[in-house]
Amino acid sequence: MLEFPRWKYLLVGLVLLLALVFALPNFFGTDPALQVVRKNRLPMDDFARTAVEQVLTGHADAFRGSYIDDGKLIVRFASVADQLKARDSVNENLAADYVSALTTASRAPAVLRRFGLRPMPLGLDLRGGLYLLYQVDVNGAVAQLLDSYDQGFRRTLAAANLPFTDINAYTGSKSSIPNALRVILPPGADIGAVRDALRKANPDLSFSIGSGETGPTIEMEMSPTQVKVRQDYALQKNITTLRNRVNELGVSEPIVAQQGIDRINVQLPGVQNSAEVKDILGKVATLEFRLEDSQHSAIEAKQLGRAPLGSKLYDMDGRPVLLKRELIATGDQLTNATSSAGNEGPEVNVTLNGQGGDSMLRATRLNVKKRMAVVYIEKSRETRMVGGQKTTHDVTTEKIISLATIQSVLSNQFRITGLTAVEARELALLMRSGSLSAPIFAVEERTIGPSLGAENIRMGVRALLIGMLAVFAFMALYYQRFGWVANLVLLANVVLLTALLSMMRATLSLPGIAGIILTVGIAVDANVLIYERIREELRNGVSPQAAIRAGFEKAFSAILDSNVTAFIAGLVLWVIGRGAIRGFAVVLTLGIATSMFTALMGSRALITLMYGGRRKIERLSIG
Amino acid sequence: MEFFRKATNFPFMSTRKLWYGLSVALMGISIGSFFVRGLNLAVDFTGGVQVQVAFTSAVNVDALRSGLEGAGFREPQVQMLGSSREAAIRLPPQNGQTGDVIRARVEGVLHAIDPKAEVTSLDVVGSQVGDELKSGAIKALAATLGLIFIYIALRFHTWRLSLGAILAVLHDPILVLGAFSLWHTSFDLPVVSAMLAVIGYSLNDTVVVFDRIRERFEGSRRLEPVAVLDQSINQTLSRTIMTKVVTLIVVVALYALGGLALKGFSEALIIGILAGTYSSIYISSAIALDCGLKAEHLLPTAVKRPVDDLP
Repeated sequence: MLEFPRWKYLLVGLVLLLALVFALPNFFGTDPALQVVRKNRLPMDDFARTAVEQVLTGHADAFRGSYIDDGKLIVRFASVADQLKARDSVNENLAADYVSALTTASRAPAVLRRFGLRPMPLGLDLRGGLYLLYQVDVNGAVAQLLDSYDQGFRRTLAAANLPFTDINAYTGSKSSIPNALRVILPPGADIGAVRDALRKANPDLSFSIGSGETGPTIEMEMSPTQVKVRQDYALQKNITTLRNRVNELGVSEPIVAQQGIDRINVQLPGVQNSAEVKDILGKVATLEFRLEDSQHSAIEAKQLGRAPLGSKLYDMDGRPVLLKRELIATGDQLTNATSSAGNEGPEVNVTLNGQGGDSMLRATRLNVKKRMAVVYIEKSRETRMVGGQKTTHDVTTEKIISLATIQSVLSNQFRITGLTAVEARELALLMRSGSLSAPIFAVEERTIGPSLGAENIRMGVRALLIGMLAVFAFMALYYQRFGWVANLVLLANVVLLTALLSMMRATLSLPGIAGIILTVGIAVDANVLIYERIREELRNGVSPQAAIRAGFEKAFSAILDSNVTAFIAGLVLWVIGRGAIRGFAVVLTLGIATSMFTALMGSRALITLMYGGRRKIERLSIG
Repeated sequence: MEFFRKATNFPFMSTRKLWYGLSVALMGISIGSFFVRGLNLAVDFTGGVQVQVAFTSAVNVDALRSGLEGAGFREPQVQMLGSSREAAIRLPPQNGQTGDVIRARVEGVLHAIDPKAEVTSLDVVGSQVGDELKSGAIKALAATLGLIFIYIALRFHTWRLSLGAILAVLHDPILVLGAFSLWHTSFDLPVVSAMLAVIGYSLNDTVVVFDRIRERFEGSRRLEPVAVLDQSINQTLSRTIMTKVVTLIVVVALYALGGLALKGFSEALIIGILAGTYSSIYISSAIALDCGLKAEHLLPTAVKRPVDDLP
């Protein structure tokens, strides 16, 4: 007698039903679509939707439908040509308030979306886009911090009237990068007083007394933990900044994620023209607000080739300008920046945070009718060939973008003029999204054209379908009715796997599709093990029902064992692999798990339904 | 339908010298080729630029190559794909030039040949990233092999079976490497993941055979080891071949229909599956036999366990 407990039937049925529901959205396919968001980041509403739709219908672009999802308007189109035309008309007519991006939208009915059922997102290799791997100069971030300590020490000592000769950075004994500062004091200086002053101002740093060639010194070395904290901070800050910038660009479904200890992985689906995007993403720029040094002559300083103490010489359109070293405010203190068209041409409206606003108020109150400069500072990395050797070095360009007379006292809100419209827009974007706390540069860059993406998905799906059909035909021929059971089980396995991947929101890539295909091939194994065992038992003269029971039971240990090793390989790839390779590993590992479930439970349930109970069976249709 | 209606009775054990010879020869060729010819590593591992382009009509390879050289690209490697309307171009690292600069330069060359030519994909991999991917791939291989060795050592009751399984596991990726080296097929990241899948999957058959060997010995401990091993392999033969045929069906579908991006991947799987089937039928059990496998090694009984036994 062949039995299968009722609760197991229920379990199998329930799991498969759930799987079908979760897998469902994937079977509808996608339409080319346009994602439209508000420039001011407010969520899209019906008013905005009507505005966009009016523009589209006004320009006779056929669209299939639209919906608002997570504050974004998605408009679906029948063809890529319609989609592109629509983007152009949105950009022409609504560019002032809205940002549009090319994307794809599922054709699944709205009711599925409402229940949070979504298809797997497609990887860049299946829909085209730009992949960037950025290296973050975390050591540069430590150098920056040292620099700010350096300035802080100078201020502290100057304020306390303690003389010092110089402060310089050096590489500590336990470090491979500069992580320490040395304050060089004149002979006979009050070492204790200097140390106490510095300690009081920087309670989290440790200071020690040393001696240099010219006299006593005070040394400060950052601990490995402090260095690490700074590096992590730089990385996290950069990720946030890159996210903000990507959002500002209006890319649909972007991914910005940490990779390893000092890398950031950026994936921008649908982006084709990489030059502009990369320019904005990788820009390390900040603003500095400084007063002009009107007590000294800039022309004289230029002739001498050096600026007087406490000032710095700049060049503004060929004219020398002396600015005070002392900062009023920097770009880091900005809380918002927007560009607009003002009376005097394009302008950037800036809002400072409390600290920056106070400082601005103090500085401008004392200096009305004097001039203040806005300095734009950009850091980039250049690679040059010097004598066959590749050398990289950081280049800092500083440019005065405006030098204007302070008309009245400013506080936390003011505007900057003197830029072109494009410059104003870009500056506002960069300031708004926050600065990169350390320079980044692309170490890997991959672009996949949309046509290749479409081709990849078409070929992948075709290989999957034809492969599965061939297996189905083969199994049906070779194992007859048992073969059909195996085929149903294989199908259930693909559905279950798709459901799991959809629930995990795993990105489907080409290797992922290959993983599904391979899973089909491997999943058959469990069924074959069982059926061959049943045949063997039958050959030994065992009754059909006993043969089925023995087949399942005796094949179990072989199924378990043979899957463990493939599972190990999958797990290693999952942990070590990245990108599309990890996608393959995820599919392979999950596929092995689901195939065990479907072969042992699903297959058994079906076969028991067919041959179970107290029926008398003459022969099994197992080929 | 049934291919194995009659129980087969192939004498695998008495002919094992022949199969050893074949394996040693194949592995020798593979290892030799690996050291002499090396692997045709893709930009994933070497760093550099890989461009895929589509033309509207057939294009002459030499024209494309000399065009690229004329544009200042050193040592361009041009390969036409399938139809001669698609080409893969490989360029050495371009000294920190970004993708869009390279794209513009390549497009200049393409448009001189075919004004409607299109760059369908462009990969720029820094040499540092390439080195890291290479060491990552080696680490993944080592970790997989290490974990599987531990599993084998714990799983089988005697080192004799473990050794057979380990040699069979090593056998397959070596042949895959050899084939990629001999044919100079581009060796990229997906190929590495296919190799890992092969390592995981090829043990599968060996485990099934060994399972059967243990079962047979349990049935009767007085049987001659040679007879038991032969019977076990023969009894599981239909299952081994059936599952491999089915897996090969889907992998061949992938190879034929999956497009260029999965060619190397599916090729590695095909070679690996064939090698894996061969090694688990002809090699792994034979090695166990030559290590002196007997019934008592597998059965926890009154027989005193030999000291060299693994748990």
